[in-house]
Amino acid sequence: MSTAITAPAAVAANTPYERSAGFWTGVLRKLARDPVAIGAAIVLLLLVAMALFAPLLTPHDPYQASMLKRLKPIGFENYLLGTDELGRDMLSRLMVGARLSLFMGITPVLIAFVIGSGIGILAGYAGGLVNTLIMRTIDVLYAFPSVLLAIALSGALGAGIGNALLSLTIVFIPPIARVAESVTTQVRSRDYVEAARASGAEAFTIVRVHVLGNVLGPIFVYSTSLIAVSMILASGLSFLGLGVKPPEPEWGLMLNTLRTAIYTQPWVAALPGLMIFITSISFNLLSDSLRSAMDVKN
Amino acid sequence: MIFYLLRRIVYTIPIMLGVAFFCFLLVHISPGDPLVAILPPDASAELQRQLMTLYGFDRSWPEQFFTWLWRALQGDLGTSIASGRPVAEEVFKAVGNTLMLACLATLIGFVLGSLFGFVAGYFSNSWVDRAASALSVLGVSVPHYWLGMVMVIIFSSWLAWLPATGAGPGGSDAWAWDWEHIQFMILPAITMSVIPMGIIARTVRALVADILAQEFVVGLKAKGMTDTGIFLHVVKNAAPTALAVMGLQLGYLLGGSILIETVFSWPGTGFLLNSAIFQRDLPLLQGTILVLAMFFVLLNLLVDVVQTTIDPRIQRS
Repeated sequence: MSTAITAPAAVAANTPYERSAGFWTGVLRKLARDPVAIGAAIVLLLLVAMALFAPLLTPHDPYQASMLKRLKPIGFENYLLGTDELGRDMLSRLMVGARLSLFMGITPVLIAFVIGSGIGILAGYAGGLVNTLIMRTIDVLYAFPSVLLAIALSGALGAGIGNALLSLTIVFIPPIARVAESVTTQVRSRDYVEAARASGAEAFTIVRVHVLGNVLGPIFVYSTSLIAVSMILASGLSFLGLGVKPPEPEWGLMLNTLRTAIYTQPWVAALPGLMIFITSISFNLLSDSLRSAMDVKN
Repeated sequence: MIFYLLRRIVYTIPIMLGVAFFCFLLVHISPGDPLVAILPPDASAELQRQLMTLYGFDRSWPEQFFTWLWRALQGDLGTSIASGRPVAEEVFKAVGNTLMLACLATLIGFVLGSLFGFVAGYFSNSWVDRAASALSVLGVSVPHYWLGMVMVIIFSSWLAWLPATGAGPGGSDAWAWDWEHIQFMILPAITMSVIPMGIIARTVRALVADILAQEFVVGLKAKGMTDTGIFLHVVKNAAPTALAVMGLQLGYLLGGSILIETVFSWPGTGFLLNSAIFQRDLPLLQGTILVLAMFFVLLNLLVDVVQTTIDPRIQRS
């Protein structure tokens, strides 16, 4: 199973690219020629822009409830996407909800990228006993299916944004650390690392100058493929009542509170899930394109 | 190979110990006192001390861990704080229901995924391939709890073909393999099958395209073998990896069914976890997680062993 995960990273690590701007310019040029990548990037940029400027864009107050206007259909009066179970404007809530949903999906992967890379590079470069200790501990966390691990941790820690972020970060550290370790182990045995060591460079210098530049790319690409999973899991935790608490708008939580409305206003009730779907598929497509653009073999 | 298998089995033991320790820690990382949940607000100090001793919260950490582990090995996972019944009893009943659902979902996912994967791999870079690839991206990107809701909207609310929630008349205790009950499994199983379908389609597509590009296929064609014969060769070469992926997917579904079970009110482990979380019933949470994680570890071991045994190309020493 580990080979299946590390294979693309290994390919990228083997390619003897320069750490000059040339490689990344090439990757960007390839991405720019990929219509799928451009489409996904545009959708994601629009979502981020919507999240950032949500307070300026919302047509109604996302917290303003109205007993008379509960569960109105799409296009009701000036409520473009209808209203939710408390009569709040769906469009405004979906817009403001993008903030927490994107934040809770992306942050765990970012933090896990930093910590997981650090742990993996340390294990891969140090080797020996340090490697065994770190990687066997990682193996234990890896022995849990990711959804189960996330729910176990946030179930024990209790509901809340901080606990959900912490749980998801812990879920994503082991896979990232594994990839980082395997890529670093390969780079470590390269001749240029040997040469640097022979010329008297210190371990820290070797890692900073020769290892980091060659391993961060593959680890980064792998990490981007986790964002889609993280979006689904983060909203899933809120859906179960373990993440964001009401009345904050967040897509997973909105989906949960609208669950009882699927018989009366099915379209309105399905909207928050559609947002999660669009976001996660865009991240998946962009990550796939990025991986094939960085794969020099193609 | 025997040596490899033995080493693989021995290697699983520290992992299982680690998993058990993690599950044990779950109770200790949770804020607040789990005792508070069961104590009446005006409980006397005497009653509090009695319960402390009963649940073992008054001893040292290592002592607690090994007592807990020893009991767990004997099948005693403690007592549910909320219901007062043995955790093991509740978990095993629920595991049966989840297993049933997850197996059916894996089967559907495997059959459809292999089909799409095969077609895509055979006609790689054609429109069929692109359609199958798109379908597999959709499968891994869709929030399955939302897909479950959409399925209920379409097949229960609009078409009224299938029931939306529950496990049939009489609940999970009255389960029988007749249409009355099976119809309750269909929507959750199809919803659940979407993820393994996407992943298996992706794997099989890559495998088939890879195998067809190998020289032995050209050799077989040159020898005059029929398409059916070549097809059988491809199946034989792709099967071990595809089956291994299927086995792992079953494990992921077992552990990840909580969201789908919540949507469909299916009386499995997900339902149990849900109630454990909301009643802050930590022994129940701990026991369920432990059993599911152990299942996953053993399934991983089984997949590895079976794959090594049936695939002569794998030379592990």
